[in-house]
Amino acid sequence: MHSFLSDTAIVFGRYARQTLRSRMQMLFGILMPLLYLLFFGPLLTDLPLSADGSSWQVLVPGLLLQLGLFGASFCGFAVILEKHSGVVDRMRVTPASRLALLAGRVLRDTLLFLFQAVLLVLAALVMGLRAPLTGILIGFAFVALLTISLASLSYALAMKVNTPQEFGPVINALTMPSMLLSGLMLPMALAPAWLDVLSHFMPFRYLVDAVRAAFVGHYASMPMLYGVLVALAMSAASLTLGTRLFQKAGA
Amino acid sequence: MAIISTSGLSRTFTTKRGTVEAVRGIDLVVQPGEIVGFLGPNGAGKTTTLRMLTTLLPPTGGAATVAGCDLASDPAGVRAKTGYVAQSGGVDPNITVREELVTQARLYRMPKAEAAARAEEVAADLGLSELMERKCAALSGGQRRRLDIAMGLLHRPAVLFLDEPTTGLDPGSRADLWDLVRRIRAEQGTTVFLTTHYLDEADALADRLIIVDEGRVIAEGTPAALKEQHAGSTTASLQDAFLAITGRAPAAPSEEPAPLAV
Repeated sequence: MHSFLSDTAIVFGRYARQTLRSRMQMLFGILMPLLYLLFFGPLLTDLPLSADGSSWQVLVPGLLLQLGLFGASFCGFAVILEKHSGVVDRMRVTPASRLALLAGRVLRDTLLFLFQAVLLVLAALVMGLRAPLTGILIGFAFVALLTISLASLSYALAMKVNTPQEFGPVINALTMPSMLLSGLMLPMALAPAWLDVLSHFMPFRYLVDAVRAAFVGHYASMPMLYGVLVALAMSAASLTLGTRLFQKAGA
Repeated sequence: MAIISTSGLSRTFTTKRGTVEAVRGIDLVVQPGEIVGFLGPNGAGKTTTLRMLTTLLPPTGGAATVAGCDLASDPAGVRAKTGYVAQSGGVDPNITVREELVTQARLYRMPKAEAAARAEEVAADLGLSELMERKCAALSGGQRRRLDIAMGLLHRPAVLFLDEPTTGLDPGSRADLWDLVRRIRAEQGTTVFLTTHYLDEADALADRLIIVDEGRVIAEGTPAALKEQHAGSTTASLQDAFLAITGRAPAAPSEEPAPLAV
């Protein structure tokens, strides 16, 4: 256990220093949600969204999870490049814990997206968001859990494929339906019954509902309970799968 | 007591078009302190074998012991006692030489202070001291290769695996690298197991050659013995012996039949 933690710290340190050296990397992921906040958010302020709270309390939770969804899903790109430069194998021939090789990276990603989430909420406050602090902190916790899940899955997929050309389309094919079917931009309460039913098969939807509930102060609610359960289950399953692939990865 | 021994080591890959037998049962023995050249045509299974012996790829059959540790049951033991330098090396171009060396020493579980000291020591030994603060991207080909090897030596491995260590180097850098490999063996008794396509390199550097083709060992022996057996004379070129052994050229008159293509 001790060596797992110190190995994780070493791997985390390497990738954290890499991120801190690149302002581009630190801010790039926030661009898309920020554009939605600035140019899409104001369109919603007077619309009847059939949800509690202001339009910002509906939109900003979606944008926070969008940040995690798109940011974390593409994390694996770095591993594909590192496989070609030999960095992945050079780490795998050391006795370092296999879980640590994954966890160190995922920890860096989680802190990076939390940092971007804070910036996004600050910008949202300027735009007109008002929400309870506890709710916002719960939102950050969901961003963290989502990043852990999706970054692990993304690294797992990256260990399986060899080129960015194989990786990109798969990620796009998964992220776009996830975004649309989870009611990320507008609540699914607006949807016709068939679409609403369909969206319940998208695990990501429960996270979005939970963060929206948190932003209006509904902490002890069914959406929150479902959201927490789905997020924990996703994280556990993805970390297990990711580690297994880091261990077994072939040629 | 052999430092590497394998028996029936094999690996098949499952692809959409069926299974590919990359390595079909390799039996080999390497003694401590040997420099062994592992040769074979492209696609013969050299890199796959090396990746299995370094725990990067689980074998689908057979068994192996490396540096006293069983490959299947004690991969962590194998990792702690072996170093591996891949064809592509393994450093990030945007990170400094010092940071890469220290991080790698830490991944070999050295405490912080020891890792920093060991990085200095190996860098001094391999002529990298002046380059410690440079980014890896700013190194020449020869310097890059020395860094790659330094990364594999930090933990004083008993066995060093080198995959095509001199590919892409100029003649001067190649000669320097041969000297370095000889020196590592002479000073630390390290066993060196290397693949190469350069037959002059195999001839000059290796005590013994193991030649593989189509996933099997098809010949082994000292360079002189192979030349005598397969090219008719100890003064023949290793090139002639290699071509005769792998059946990729007209065989010498007294040649045994080339292995059947499958």
